[in-house]
Amino acid sequence: MMKDPRAPEALSWSVFTQGIWRDNPVFVMLLGLCPALAVSNTASNALAMGLATTFVLLCSGVLVSLLRKVIPKQVRIASYIIVIATFVTIVDYAIQAISLELYKALGAFIQLIVVNCIILGRAEAYASKNHVINAFVNALGMGVGFTFAMLCLGVVREVLGSGTLFGVSLFGPDFQPWAVFVLPPGGFFILAFWLFLFAVLKKRKQVRMAGRQPKSETEKEVARAT
Amino acid sequence: MQPDSLTFIFLDAFLINNFVLAMFLGLCPFLGVSGKLETASRMGMAVVFVMLVSSTCAFGINALLIRFELEFLRLICYIAVIASAVQLVEMTIKKFSPVLFRSLGIFLPLITTNCAILGLALFQTNREYDFIQCLAYSLGAGAGFTLALILMAGLREKLELADTPDVCTGAALALTLGGLLSLAFMGFAGLGG
Repeated sequence: MMKDPRAPEALSWSVFTQGIWRDNPVFVMLLGLCPALAVSNTASNALAMGLATTFVLLCSGVLVSLLRKVIPKQVRIASYIIVIATFVTIVDYAIQAISLELYKALGAFIQLIVVNCIILGRAEAYASKNHVINAFVNALGMGVGFTFAMLCLGVVREVLGSGTLFGVSLFGPDFQPWAVFVLPPGGFFILAFWLFLFAVLKKRKQVRMAGRQPKSETEKEVARAT
Repeated sequence: MQPDSLTFIFLDAFLINNFVLAMFLGLCPFLGVSGKLETASRMGMAVVFVMLVSSTCAFGINALLIRFELEFLRLICYIAVIASAVQLVEMTIKKFSPVLFRSLGIFLPLITTNCAILGLALFQTNREYDFIQCLAYSLGAGAGFTLALILMAGLREKLELADTPDVCTGAALALTLGGLLSLAFMGFAGLGG
């Protein structure tokens, strides 16, 4: 029997890990780059942004999954956007209440979580077709993956750009910070650097796999010949 | 220059705080549609157009919301209004100018999820611009986006012929170029005085 591609996926470990490594939203799928570059100038901003996005991902994933049989197909995207915008408004007011300083640092980028393509993409591609628990787990994985990517960018940019980590000085007063890394160009350069690094690692792995394959073949032939 | 003069508002959005290269808005089309010079310039045109329309709508909506003290609905209203405005613009163009529709067609739906559009609406609200200032701001932002996109497309067309190492392809290379462009645009930071 052919497996229906629209059938709900069974809950498994890979539902969670998909977002963290194999389909990491920032490093692999290149989604949600705008907030990833704009607010990763310090590690704490990056962490806050990652957590806020995770919250919206979780809530909207669950709600979209619950409503998946109620929302008519023709207006689904508009409905998803309204759902997402509602949760972003909640986050916006919550951050404003918790820390005004953080709110000022993140600026309009909290409200811009609405147009973060990761969230709409997950709602459309996963939550609208799967059970609530799956949608929750998958959204959690994606959120963790996004936060991880944000931290990768934020930590490097803050350490190089201002010589601190989460506001704690690392190298003492003699360190001359590379200001360019906390400025906009640094965001581009650091993300490009991570992508280069992953490409090199992937290439190495491929070479190693390819190197192992023919060797074992020849070994077999040698064994057969003797 | 006066900080609230129209020239300054235009230049601020166009060069000094370029939407793509300094504020990181609209990176998806910046990396996705910058492969060819021609598509890049069409996309730029479409964005300028949609920015003008949505900035006008956002200004009206904001005035209404403030009148009825419903500011917490701002985000939901903006995104709904922008999405429907884009749809409306698409239908109008299709009806009155098929030629223009054919050249802009596929880009219009993409623009709905472009964060530069929503960003523009939010920034103009935060800065409390009046109507004429809003128009200048959206024109500057649109022009800045188009400039960045066209510069990028020009560079990437040349790069097709260049001999780069195996791992330096695709997005990583495009991001490095974006970084270099952004570095160049930082030179405009002194323009505001």
